[in-house]
Amino acid sequence: MTNTASPLAGAVPARPARRDIGIKRRYAAERRFRIYGIAAISFGLLFLFLLLWSVGSKGYTAFQQTMITIPVEFSEQIIDKDNERDTDPTKLMTANYPVVARNALAAALGADPGDRQQMREIGRMLSEGVRSQLRNMVVADPSIIGTTQTVSLLAAGEIDSALKGQMNLDVPEANRRISDQQVGWMEQLTEAGALAKEFNTGIFFNGASSRPEAAGVGVALIGSLYMMGIVLVLSLPIGVAASIYLEEFAPKNRWTDLIEVNINNLAAVPSIVYGLLGLSVFIGFAGLPRSAALVGGLVLTLMTLPTIIIATRAALKAVPPSIRAAALGLGASKMQTIFHHVLPLAMPGILTGTIIGLAHALGETAPLLLIGMVAFVANYPTTPMDPATALPVQIYMWANEAERAFVERTSGAIIILLLFLIVMNVGAILLRRRFERRW
Amino acid sequence: MNMMSDAAVEKALDKKMNDVSYKMIGKDVSVYYGDKRALYDVNLNVRENTVTALIGPSGCGKSTFLRCLNRMNDTIESAKVTGRITLDEEDIYDPAIDVVELRARVGMVFQKPNPFPKSIYENIAYGPRIHGLARNKAEMDQVVEASLQRAGLWNEAKDRLHESGTGLSGGQQQRLCIARAIAVSPEVILMDEPCSALDPIATAKVEELIHELRTNYTIVIVTHSMQQAARVSQRTAMFHLGHLVEEDDTDKMFTNPNDQRTQDYIMGRFG
Amino acid sequence: MSTSLILLIVALIGLAGYVLGARQARRLAAAALPKMHSRPGYYGSYVAVWAGLPALLILAVWLVASPIYVNSSIRDNFPEDLKAQTEAAQSLTFGTIGSVARGLTVLTPEEVAQAQANPGELRVLLGGKGVPLAGDPEPFMVSAAAELNAMNATSRLAMTIAVIAASVVGFFYAYRMIAPRFRARNKVEQVILASLITASCIAILTTVGIVASMLTEAIQFFQMVPAWEFFFGTVWDPRFAAAGATDSAGQFGLIPLLAGTLYIGFVAMVVAVPVGIFSAIYMAEYASPRMRSAVKPLLEVLAGIPTIVYGFFALTTVGPFLRDLSTQLNGIATGNYSNFIQAQSVITAGFVMGIMLIPYVSSLSDDIITAVPRALRDGSLGLGATRSETIKRVVLPAALPGIVGALLMTASRAIGETMIVVLAAGVAARMQINPFEPMTTVTVKIVSQLTGDLEFTSPQTLVAFALGITLFAITLCLNIYALYIVRKYREQYE
Repeated sequence: MTNTASPLAGAVPARPARRDIGIKRRYAAERRFRIYGIAAISFGLLFLFLLLWSVGSKGYTAFQQTMITIPVEFSEQIIDKDNERDTDPTKLMTANYPVVARNALAAALGADPGDRQQMREIGRMLSEGVRSQLRNMVVADPSIIGTTQTVSLLAAGEIDSALKGQMNLDVPEANRRISDQQVGWMEQLTEAGALAKEFNTGIFFNGASSRPEAAGVGVALIGSLYMMGIVLVLSLPIGVAASIYLEEFAPKNRWTDLIEVNINNLAAVPSIVYGLLGLSVFIGFAGLPRSAALVGGLVLTLMTLPTIIIATRAALKAVPPSIRAAALGLGASKMQTIFHHVLPLAMPGILTGTIIGLAHALGETAPLLLIGMVAFVANYPTTPMDPATALPVQIYMWANEAERAFVERTSGAIIILLLFLIVMNVGAILLRRRFERRW
Repeated sequence: MNMMSDAAVEKALDKKMNDVSYKMIGKDVSVYYGDKRALYDVNLNVRENTVTALIGPSGCGKSTFLRCLNRMNDTIESAKVTGRITLDEEDIYDPAIDVVELRARVGMVFQKPNPFPKSIYENIAYGPRIHGLARNKAEMDQVVEASLQRAGLWNEAKDRLHESGTGLSGGQQQRLCIARAIAVSPEVILMDEPCSALDPIATAKVEELIHELRTNYTIVIVTHSMQQAARVSQRTAMFHLGHLVEEDDTDKMFTNPNDQRTQDYIMGRFG
Repeated sequence: MSTSLILLIVALIGLAGYVLGARQARRLAAAALPKMHSRPGYYGSYVAVWAGLPALLILAVWLVASPIYVNSSIRDNFPEDLKAQTEAAQSLTFGTIGSVARGLTVLTPEEVAQAQANPGELRVLLGGKGVPLAGDPEPFMVSAAAELNAMNATSRLAMTIAVIAASVVGFFYAYRMIAPRFRARNKVEQVILASLITASCIAILTTVGIVASMLTEAIQFFQMVPAWEFFFGTVWDPRFAAAGATDSAGQFGLIPLLAGTLYIGFVAMVVAVPVGIFSAIYMAEYASPRMRSAVKPLLEVLAGIPTIVYGFFALTTVGPFLRDLSTQLNGIATGNYSNFIQAQSVITAGFVMGIMLIPYVSSLSDDIITAVPRALRDGSLGLGATRSETIKRVVLPAALPGIVGALLMTASRAIGETMIVVLAAGVAARMQINPFEPMTTVTVKIVSQLTGDLEFTSPQTLVAFALGITLFAITLCLNIYALYIVRKYREQYE
């Protein structure tokens, strides 16, 4: 290193007069600008947190259900007074089970069976759901008639809310939906260990019900599952086929340009428009039944297709041309090149896009409202042609219910929906991480 | 020697003045990109009102060093600079030194012409405007005209000042970028291969411009072309693999270098 | 034979075609000297395609065409007085005939004979068999029903024969084509290509379907309500659809709905645009890679949450909060503790929708800002501009067209959004400018006109399609324009 002379060797010139370029002011502006950015991000994250917190805090209690566990006497007197059950099969179906349950609760509380006012209040502490609960027990095993069994009975929604502390018991008795007498009984039962919160399996398996404590998303989940199945089976092959054509074969001309613009637009068409399409074409024109999972699945398929096509084309585009050249160079036909080499390499990207499309379809509500899925469906659909409802539609219907206990249920159902979405999205992310290739 | 007689005369004049003053001084400058070291303890001084050329094979660190001089490396997340670089005796990496002020004093012209997608006028006026160098429209007009004049673009651009800067030809765009740098009245102008994207005629114009600018500005230019270094610079520094090989008067470097690597590079044995 | 059984048979013939075709090709390959052009699998596929595809096409055409033909011939035989009646009455009669026809299938031949002799008892008879009829069928209906059944049976038999015959003929034709020089692979690939093209046309078909279906219904609507009354009417009061009655014509003014839609969309954009753009700027220009990789997905979670969840959030949290807040504010200011913000209001729906739109704005803008070439930033920084000056004066102006495109796309989302407004905006169609009062939107009205019992002939129902096509047209224009802008923007920097 020659000639790197000491800096002091040369004379230092007079420093030029420093210009004022407003550094202070400009840095203040810089800081402000940064703060705006951070504030904007914080605002977004704050509301994400608020939204999740609001749903979570309202909804986690939905996974617990108050049960009253007491000995129940299956009195032959009430159920089948004249011993007709062998001749009349409807006897066991129509018996007065609520009275059985009410008497059992009255016995546990030591109340006077003659006091009709008291008996009515006791009856109101139990859910309407006990009717089918006890009926199912008896129909399954008629021999229990005349015996006494310990049964966990579904408590009424008001009792459930009160035990979960969602009801303000300090307001005057007349202004709340639970009497002082009932509160006293609750304490009595709790001390006896008969009244307790248990894990709520009903919310996962039950169908729609006008009583919040007996309502569940089971039927809606099956409906959603059917629709997701239909969407997957239809939109994945069609979407992939369309993408392969557009990406690999289509000549660049007006027609393919039109298809291209079309697909991009379809991805942005409001979802409710697909509902109108489904109503008029699938139900009005093709005559498929309203409320059927098949129609919902078809509508969601059309809605998901553009997403899948866009994702698939991006995945195909990411496969480098050298792979195609290599296969073609070995004498493979274009079709073989694509199906043997390009498509497998693009598969992770395609699947990721498909899962994300499915997740969107799972959360979609508006089009389903139009094809009649806002129906009170209490029974599991056995085929895709049966009336069905979907998880988000169930949430919508519950959100419109006035009762306080339904807010909890709605939030619980939202938690279930979000869990599904999280699982799907995490799956998509893992898939992408696991198979991501850098060319 | 004959070919270079003009340059030689000039150099001789420089020597005669003999009070060599250093505008910028780099001492033990090292640069790391993450774990990778890009520059090894470079000691290089930049003389005032002189064109200093940085040459060397690609990836040798010359652009990296150039970008240290106005802290453009700050914009790369992983870059770390050690050592000391001064501008008029002031350490430019001192926390008290403001990078914005530094860049207003040490301007930069990039490899590819990068005019803003605005009018020619607005391109030039951008720097003075953000630094508040013109008090009113008339002053700004003056600054713009003067800058374009100095960059030799006035005659070509005066009738289309309000057309987009991206509509100019490549060479004009690069001169516009130089004019844009001049408009801020920097003390030092850094040029990172300013002619690599230009055709020979445009290159000649830019070189001519550099030659003229020398009287008012200190210029550091990175170039790939030996001929260009020989044509425009008075001092030349040779980099190789992140090391400064040697630095000397340009004519000496090109006729009688001290280091074998310089000799080889100039003769075109590698690079 | 049922359709699924026919499908199964065709599938079996196709499978057999594949296996036999491939075997034949392998045998030829072993014996013949000229090398087989394609791998055996392609010959197998070729046979399978011939065995399956034409048969399936015939099946599909038959299934569509046969009911149309049968229906029209039944209707041709309607009594003259019925033919003179309205289309609706004829449809009703035809429906009854259909029910009777279904009923006849569950009866024994003797009962059928008895029913034809005495149609009056049919209703009781069928009711006992679990087939309810709406009314007593007239004599001609019973014979028409019998004829319907006969025609359908004939048609089905003919279809079964035609389809299976086509499948078998296709099989033998293709099987005989197998020869060394025969280019099975090319043929099969042509079929695959054709199916790929068909798949890509579904996108076009969907659009055509949307436009055609909505147009036909909307045109029906415009025959009952003049178009100008719809597009320029300022009163929305559809009344309830009284069954069959057309005199209960309500007023179908689009303007109040459109006003509500735009107002709520505007509030949403006021929330989403600054937040989204500043987030995008911070992410693209300032955030460290670690922060970016943590915060960006988190913000995008906002886009992944179903809109029904936002609607519920607005309904149960934001709406009541704003209402109570306004009560308190009003109380502190005037001493009068009454709320001036309704729980369902423009501001509630708009605000929550704005939150939903943040990630759309931010990730679209982020893409666009990062697409601005680095050279431009360096150019500005090299002149001594601060970061924010570079962003404000160089990056944003350069990115502006792209950002405008992104905002237009976001706006079209806001206009088409349904669930949030259904739950949080209110149902009253009013024209007013107070953001604290409820207003309603086009999408809300589409939902409310189409839930419940439908009658496809009343303007109350059909108006939903007119609203739908209006919505479609607006969002389509916004999107096409936005895509055009963004595309041009990208080309500029590529």
